[in-house]
Amino acid sequence: MATQYESELIDSAARAQQAAEEPLDGERMILNMGPQHPSTHGVLRVVIELDGEEIINLWPDVGYLHRGDEKIAENMTYTQFIPYTDRLDYLAPLANNVAYACAVEKLCGIDVPPRCQYIRVICAELARISSHLLGVGALALDIGAVTVFLYTFREREKINDMCECICGARFTTSYTRIGGLANDLPPNFLPMLRKFLKEFPATLEEVDRLLTRNKIFVERNRDVGILRKEDAIDFCVTGPVLRGSGVEWDLRKAHPYSSYELFDFDVPVGTVGDCFDRYLVRMEEMRQSERILHQAMDNLPSGPINSPDAKILLPEKKAVLTKMEELIHQFINVTEGINAPPGEVYFSAENPKGELGFYIISKGGGVPHRLKIRAPSFVNLQALPVMAKGHIVSDLVAILGSIDFVMGECDR
Amino acid sequence: MTPQEATEKLRARFGETVGTSVEFRGEITVSVAPGKIVEACRFLKTECAFDMLTDLSGVDNYGEDPRYEVDYHLYSLTNRCRLRLKIRISEEDMTVDTVSGVWRTADWHEREAFDMFGIRFRGHPNLKRILMWDGYPYYPLRKDFPLAGIPAELPDTAVDADKVRAAPMLGGPFVATNGTVSSVAREPRQADTVVENIERLKHPNKEEQV
Repeated sequence: MATQYESELIDSAARAQQAAEEPLDGERMILNMGPQHPSTHGVLRVVIELDGEEIINLWPDVGYLHRGDEKIAENMTYTQFIPYTDRLDYLAPLANNVAYACAVEKLCGIDVPPRCQYIRVICAELARISSHLLGVGALALDIGAVTVFLYTFREREKINDMCECICGARFTTSYTRIGGLANDLPPNFLPMLRKFLKEFPATLEEVDRLLTRNKIFVERNRDVGILRKEDAIDFCVTGPVLRGSGVEWDLRKAHPYSSYELFDFDVPVGTVGDCFDRYLVRMEEMRQSERILHQAMDNLPSGPINSPDAKILLPEKKAVLTKMEELIHQFINVTEGINAPPGEVYFSAENPKGELGFYIISKGGGVPHRLKIRAPSFVNLQALPVMAKGHIVSDLVAILGSIDFVMGECDR
Repeated sequence: MTPQEATEKLRARFGETVGTSVEFRGEITVSVAPGKIVEACRFLKTECAFDMLTDLSGVDNYGEDPRYEVDYHLYSLTNRCRLRLKIRISEEDMTVDTVSGVWRTADWHEREAFDMFGIRFRGHPNLKRILMWDGYPYYPLRKDFPLAGIPAELPDTAVDADKVRAAPMLGGPFVATNGTVSSVAREPRQADTVVENIERLKHPNKEEQV
């Protein structure tokens, strides 16, 4: 007798129905992003725990560009450390120079003349435009809008040309000195600046037209990477990230330094705290920087650029080679450094990335006892897990671009 | 509220544990006993509106006792003022309570202080090295560590091959192993199916006949 079996022929629709009713057992995967990665803006390593494409947890791993700047600072004079400050936020070196010079001048109690302050403002605002151009360009590039990157870099080239005009180097400027500047503005600088300011608004307008109301750009940035106001303050993020989250705080307005109180400008503030808000804040900050540059150029005072305090700065070379006192003064200044009083100061400047602070402990003499660099990127990156959890990996790319950190200052 | 008023309130609340305050270049530095630092910070955050911890740094005062110190830079957004708290800890017991419960930003700063000086923070959620690699044996910013550094062994690979399971690739289209299949066979072109081209492909060195 034939055995009878009962079997079910399942068609593909029924099979799909069965699969949908079973609970999906996902496995969490650890994905390593970086340190060599085009979207991590330098050598940042992010270890991501993924459930499918959704980020469950993430751990930023920094330190790949740690060069021991703070240790180095304890072994050289204040003036010798200036080139190291260029390499902190290497996208806006003039701004770091200004911040460091102001910090050491606060320690020594030196005032610089108004012309020096105005030139420092010009330098800082040019650095701000340069850094924001790169920030917006890199964000657009990572999202896919490659053209914008090239437009913004074309403008950055003009700023680099101006840096070269002012101090001889396009990037690592080392322009400020304790108590003044390395040299006065050369005669062709202001015409170059005027020309740049005539052409820059058109490029900014072009970038704005390409990105701000671009559906794809908005979809990728709106409601992505939201950092609430309370979290932003708790994590002490600064700069456009803080302003994007709705906190109206700018060091140039709250604690003006280097004659910023004489300038008329607005501070853009976001509402939601997502990537799009941070992008808009950076765009508007560039327009405000343009305003400051016009005011600085039009009202640039004449006069000396170095502090009248003779002990701080090197004397004139002709006098050094002919007179005894100046020779001794030059020798002591170069070998031992400026004689800073014992004490400690914390000075911070509104850098394009955030609040760059220098905490200097001096026990007297030309070499600091401790120089701590409060790097905005180090602190801003700490808020990355809060911004990225729950998003997918492609959103992480947008978030990294919108925080706009630079590993040079994060790792020092 | 000015920093002076905040210092007075702090002294009124904590008494003896708040030491001298120094004013230099318009900034106030207050010394606090290490055991009371978390309470002092919490008090300053809630009562005196110091809602931001701008910076936290370790310092090595080689030759002094207590050798190490930790400086806390507080900032108040509403009152726009700064205050610095300083604690001193000795070399024998380099432990202090963490303030990451008061401000979350203290997390990475304390990790850096641990990495650079070896100062331990009790109660820290994740006290690992941050700038140097895990397992680096020295504390670089101490004064007795030389500027040129001490040669140390670099770590092995971050991920050990026998400890992790590689993500399954399912034999998909982008997994290739060298030498198994030729690219012509793997990705056939339409031109490969035309008879003349097949002849040419079979005899590549034969001269073209005009």
